[in-house]
Amino acid sequence: MRIKIRHETHYVLEQAARRAMQYLRLTPRNDRNQRVGNWSISGPEKLTQWLDGFGNVVHFASEHTDHNDLKIVVEGEVETKETNGVLPLDDGLPPGMFMRPTPLIKCDEVLGAFSDELKGIIEKDGELSFLHALMAALADEVTYESGQSTVACSATEVFERKKGVCQDFAHLFIAGCHRQNIPTRYVSGYITNGAGDPASHAWAESYVSGLGWVSFDPANRQCATESYVRLAVAYDYATAAPIIGVRTGGQGEQMNVNVQVDQVQVQS
Amino acid sequence: MLKNFFDEMHAESGEVREPYETYSAWLHSTQVDELVRCHEQADLIFRRVGITFNVYGADGGVERLIPFDIVPRIISASEWELIERGVIQRVNALNAFLHDIYHDQAILKSGLIPPDLILTNEAFRPEMLGLTLPHHVYSHISGVDIVRVDEETFYVLEDNARTPSGVSYMLENRQAMMRLFPDLFAKHRVAPVSHYPELLLETLSSVAPKGNSQPTIVLLTPGQFNSAYFEHAFLAQEMGIELVEGQDLFVDEGYVYMRTTRGPRRVDVIYRRIDDDFLDPLAFRPDSALGVPGLLAAYRMGNVSICNAVGGGIADDKAIYTYMPDIIKFYLAQEPILKNVPTYNLRRKDDLAYALENMEKLVVKEVHGSGGYGMLVGPASTKKQVAEFKEKVKADPANFIAQPTLSLSTCPTFVDQGIAPRHVDLRPFVLSGRQTKVVPGGLTRVAMEKGSLVVNSSQGGGTKDTWILEGANARTRR
Repeated sequence: MRIKIRHETHYVLEQAARRAMQYLRLTPRNDRNQRVGNWSISGPEKLTQWLDGFGNVVHFASEHTDHNDLKIVVEGEVETKETNGVLPLDDGLPPGMFMRPTPLIKCDEVLGAFSDELKGIIEKDGELSFLHALMAALADEVTYESGQSTVACSATEVFERKKGVCQDFAHLFIAGCHRQNIPTRYVSGYITNGAGDPASHAWAESYVSGLGWVSFDPANRQCATESYVRLAVAYDYATAAPIIGVRTGGQGEQMNVNVQVDQVQVQS
Repeated sequence: MLKNFFDEMHAESGEVREPYETYSAWLHSTQVDELVRCHEQADLIFRRVGITFNVYGADGGVERLIPFDIVPRIISASEWELIERGVIQRVNALNAFLHDIYHDQAILKSGLIPPDLILTNEAFRPEMLGLTLPHHVYSHISGVDIVRVDEETFYVLEDNARTPSGVSYMLENRQAMMRLFPDLFAKHRVAPVSHYPELLLETLSSVAPKGNSQPTIVLLTPGQFNSAYFEHAFLAQEMGIELVEGQDLFVDEGYVYMRTTRGPRRVDVIYRRIDDDFLDPLAFRPDSALGVPGLLAAYRMGNVSICNAVGGGIADDKAIYTYMPDIIKFYLAQEPILKNVPTYNLRRKDDLAYALENMEKLVVKEVHGSGGYGMLVGPASTKKQVAEFKEKVKADPANFIAQPTLSLSTCPTFVDQGIAPRHVDLRPFVLSGRQTKVVPGGLTRVAMEKGSLVVNSSQGGGTKDTWILEGANARTRR
């Protein structure tokens, strides 16, 4: 599928900032299941591209002059391939590292017990069946609702409230998998259609021995399809965040995000 | 004399050990009044130099002098030869280990170390994956803590691969001793340590990006409120490099620059004395104002060297420490020259049961702890303290290791009652760049309280000048 993306993030400040610096994880990964074409980032005064330890393309963006507003626009096309949610076996990252309980994905007894209820499936039908069952159970248990959580909410906090958005679902799924010793990581990206915010999205990937990384999107109760574009993989939201910034001066920030993700109809 | 402890000056028979022969004779011929006078003079010298140390938790972190003892720790040429080979071996193995775990992870594939001990460790930094450093060196400056328990046996207590401090005391203690006791230096061939800053500068230069032979080097300090600020200022001055704080640096187009009165100047090597967490607020702790936004980008692009490297802290993990003998054999195919302290890894069930049963005899430490904080010295603690610590251990056993209480050697020390034995350790400073080197000497720390085994300056320990006696065929180096 050819997917056209335009993602605009616009910061407006009441009081001007003197300097601003950001890491932007806004460039899709070139993988077996997706090829990136004509990708561009514009807006910030200066941009330097580098690769982080997870292999994500990152830009260091900096603004050195006084500014009241800052606009970051990424756009381009990605050609995706349907792989039934399965990704290459080895992308150079040891699966075992995605067992780390960061503060956002740390499992507690309540969430652990929820995951344990399903663990019988692992022995009976294998890990893959467990992962599908956990995805479905979370989708049943937790309601998709925006405005009930922030990006700083941990999986356990969200599980108490039973309400959250895509990154919360991803965190919950990761914590539930870690409980059963299944390496699982966070993915940020785009989706052409799905729950809530139509475009900017997050889901998870679990490492199934013998098969490789398999993607699960508990917010949409499905494995990733060719409608999904992967931006970055990491432990959790904090390490995969599309934009992390600091600035000197400046107050009264307003952020407006506009994302368009469309399938390109190929004329034959 | 304390029984059952090896004394650096007196052998069990009561005879004076060889390295101390000359010194002992001098001490016997010197009046106590004279020693008292020297002790007071030493105090004055250190106050004038302004060498102080912030102690956390004591009176809101007041600055105070670390007690300096006028009786030197003396080590013979042959003893030093063993220590030197031993610490160089350890640091080389540690650097090979760090390079491996951030690249191919051969040691994990070999099954020698449980992979989860590394991969899920907080000190394992994914930011370092696949980044190849000049000469594959991560720990450019290591402060290896060594204790002695008998004539032949030295144990390595910790490797301190995370910006160890204390080297300024090694240098200042020597200066003070030379002023106080010029006659003693005339009687002994003490190996010089004063070239340490020169060697450090050489080491830092040798790891500059892309083999740049004229690099600009800076020392990055968290600022004057840090307990080791004196040392930061001292070393920067001795090396003739700029002492900077995070706000003095910025990143542009993937390079690091320092703001100067004559405009921006590119920085190639950062000798940082701040923790990983505070290096770059965009990559690590977002609330940190100490670091430089964008530094990780410049680092991963290979445009700046950070010393010690990011992510080396995992080598300081006390659970990893238990594998050091295996690490040395795995990477260097050599037998360890210096021993590890036998250590109970409390993530193992049997070890945990033993430790809980015998805690009053053991030293228990947090795996990520340092500076003598968060540890229990069983024999020196009350029943209540032991009971409380047991609860802490039970709550998170994998966070602790336990070791037998070592019979640290004693060294004669000047105290209120005169000269009395006090327990000591030794921290030589190992420098790794193109080559691995050690200045003959180090920081001898001494527990000033009778019977105490805690030598950390944050816990009231003092320091001594450390004399390495040169052998008959030693090269002269000034």
